[in-house]
Amino acid sequence: MSLPATRSPELKTNPSHMKFEKLRGTFGYSLTILSVFIILLAVISIYIFVFSKGLSTFFVDKLHLWDFLSGTEWNPTRSEEAGGPVFGVFAFIYGSFVVTFLAAAIAAPIGIGSAIFMTEIAPKWGRKLLQPVVELLVGIPSVVYGFTGLTLLVPFIREHIGGLGFSLLAGVIVLSIMILPTITSISVDTLLTVSPEIKAGSYALGATRWQTIWRLIMRASAPGFVTAVIFGMARAFGEALAVQMVIGNSKRMPTSLLDPGSTITSVITMNMGNTVPGTLENNVLWSLALILLLMSTVFIFAVRLIGQRGRLMS
Amino acid sequence: MDCVSEVLSGEATHQPRWFGSLGAPQALQERLAERAQDVPAVKAETDVAIETRDLHVYYGKNHALKGINITFYKNEITALIGPSGCGKSTYLRSLNRMNDTIPTAKTTGHILLNGEDLNRPDIDVWALRKRVGMVFQRPNPFNKSIYENIAFAPRFHGIKKKSTLDDVVEEALRRAALWDEVKDRLHESAFALSGGQQQRLCIARALAIEPDVLLLDEPAAALDPISTAKIEELLLDLKKRYTVIIVTHNMQQAARISDRTAFFYEGELIEYNPTHKLFTNPDKQATEDYVSGRFG
Repeated sequence: MSLPATRSPELKTNPSHMKFEKLRGTFGYSLTILSVFIILLAVISIYIFVFSKGLSTFFVDKLHLWDFLSGTEWNPTRSEEAGGPVFGVFAFIYGSFVVTFLAAAIAAPIGIGSAIFMTEIAPKWGRKLLQPVVELLVGIPSVVYGFTGLTLLVPFIREHIGGLGFSLLAGVIVLSIMILPTITSISVDTLLTVSPEIKAGSYALGATRWQTIWRLIMRASAPGFVTAVIFGMARAFGEALAVQMVIGNSKRMPTSLLDPGSTITSVITMNMGNTVPGTLENNVLWSLALILLLMSTVFIFAVRLIGQRGRLMS
Repeated sequence: MDCVSEVLSGEATHQPRWFGSLGAPQALQERLAERAQDVPAVKAETDVAIETRDLHVYYGKNHALKGINITFYKNEITALIGPSGCGKSTYLRSLNRMNDTIPTAKTTGHILLNGEDLNRPDIDVWALRKRVGMVFQRPNPFNKSIYENIAFAPRFHGIKKKSTLDDVVEEALRRAALWDEVKDRLHESAFALSGGQQQRLCIARALAIEPDVLLLDEPAAALDPISTAKIEELLLDLKKRYTVIIVTHNMQQAARISDRTAFFYEGELIEYNPTHKLFTNPDKQATEDYVSGRFG
């Protein structure tokens, strides 16, 4: 069976137009590939660079990994007679984890609570009012947080609670406010995915608003809340400037929340200007950077894992 | 070629609406006639399950329901039909005061359940919704296991004991004709069920709190024909225990399963009659036009 040739002119192919479209398609395709390539290149080079620098502490300078991680003495300028410089960073790792977890512990209930207020209690004016507030909190530069903490919080702690004021506690409070918007906005997004039909189903069974929120919406949103808190912790763990301004930057192991301390990030920012690239002291800072990189990788994988499990459940 | 025209006209796949009293399939005609004797126009006062008197609903300035009087009888299925936006769903939602959850909605008039006016400010809506259960158009199981979906409401209505709860769950699933299909996987996610099973789960969930009246808002609209048939069969079984009120777009469905039918149009109740009468010999011309597919 033979079919007639195309007769309608508007259906016929136009060779020059086809060629142009094909060229344009190829161009667009290459553009997207290029973008992806640049991102991958950036990520891979950062990883390679940080790894090679960070590991040279142990492979080139022969510092013992365990001494490095568990040591609590940091003295890069110790004389040769006293045994040479020591680089024990446990106090900084400890400081980082303490301020991160405590900041998350403060910010999580407040962030989730305000997210519930914005989506369930007062979805109209609550969100209209609080959404810009949350966005504002995100937009404030960390130096402003640090400066405010330094000017208001540090003297307040010194006068009313005790100690020098420069303390882990100051770092915790500043960080908890900084990660509040992250936790709030991700929690809001999670709560918004609970469909109105589910809520209607609960009300139709005679559930009160409290029962609906507590037994249904909160439970359904739990994986999302965990994700929100992990993202907040990732931000707290990586924040350098604001923390460095209020935490006191003591190299000693803090024994209470009112003691000054250091975090991994604050040590890097405090010391990076004073070291010569290639020296042991500089390499040690890179090792600290490597720890940060590994931790952020852990955070991201944790979020992925929870996201996957959440999908499997639903 | 013939196939194509059949699909286009909708005859081959399904009939979206009732094709008129004269065009009714033979079996359906017979069924309607058969049921005619069982459904007298008016029943005794003691058979009344729920009724509304002069019920008005406003959404802001929009007068959505204009003075509806309907008496629903016990152990009957009543269908609410009418074109989209006619107020039938609004009416259904007002019966268990679900319209309260819409801030702009205002309901006036009386809703009487066993002589008790439900549309009063001092009525505990949570307790009322335990007596008047509701199932929605799209299956809306909770993100929990099958068991927890059913146990959800009984738990906060006061049943704490595990063994009692187990019994309640089993009984509800049996009544919803779902027990045999799910008894071996009660603790798996409800989302693993098919759409039809999910809808029966939602019916079971509503039954678990022992309501007197069961409201269903187009419960089969999102389901395939086989699941729809199962739901219909289930409803016919459920009316032995409960009073069933169902909103449906599918007029064949209304004719197949309901004892009485109410036809709504533009916020008003046009006609309320036993189903066989409404479909074969309606009082109003508008009803005749609608059920025979001339508008809507």
